[in-house]
Amino acid sequence: MWVDTFFFYLFALVTLAGGVLTVTRRNAVHSAMSLILSLIGVAGLFLLQRAEFLFAVQIVLYVGGIMVLFLFVIMLVNLDQAARMRQFSGQWWLALACVLAVAAQIVYVLSRGSGAFRFARPEPPARGGNVELVADVLFKQYLLPFELASVLLLAAIVGSVIMARKRI
Amino acid sequence: MLHPVTTTHYLVLSAALLAIGTIGVLARRNIVVILMAIELILNAVNINLIAFSRHLGHVHGQVFAIFVITVAVAEAAVGLGILIALFRTRATVQADEINLLKW
Repeated sequence: MWVDTFFFYLFALVTLAGGVLTVTRRNAVHSAMSLILSLIGVAGLFLLQRAEFLFAVQIVLYVGGIMVLFLFVIMLVNLDQAARMRQFSGQWWLALACVLAVAAQIVYVLSRGSGAFRFARPEPPARGGNVELVADVLFKQYLLPFELASVLLLAAIVGSVIMARKRI
Repeated sequence: MLHPVTTTHYLVLSAALLAIGTIGVLARRNIVVILMAIELILNAVNINLIAFSRHLGHVHGQVFAIFVITVAVAEAAVGLGILIALFRTRATVQADEINLLKW
């Protein structure tokens, strides 16, 4: 049990530290590297929650796919000038105050209802592996949303290709 | 003394990640970093979905997390495409310099 707790706090620390570094770094490449750290922490949390398929998807798709996309765009767009400019907008203190107020509210509500969130019942016995279970639900119950997601991806492909053309 | 980790731990962590991402979206000027902060927010959502999926003992939350990741990929691709087009026409990546529609 204590191993779970230890790894939860380890991955939580990695995730939050990566997130804070992503938001505060001046150089966009450093931000991207910190975001990779944070995404790996989230992948570890998925593994702790017995979501092995999502762990693999997180590593392959996010760390391997989206971050490479980000790094390519950082390479294409000249960010040297942007790194020397002011990094935060003028109303950053207002944004910080609003976000802290909302976060305090969320934490207050969660702490009020924390009694309902304990793992009271034992885990149900696993019927097959995690991938099998996810595929069972995804391809039977959520077949239509799955197909619609492919249409969304097609639209995104066409849109990004059009956007990146020389003459729009 | 280490207490066992409950779903509340995950929800509080998710709220903290959401707050960090929102600060990034609201306060940063660089559009690339704003897009990265949006990825942080979507990851906070995924942590929530997975925590409740474990809590309730079925995998529907994981399926929804897959859909969230799909939408995140589409959003990142289109957003970065728009960013490239914007940089080509306006030669800036600062969010507050693109203020044509500002009242």
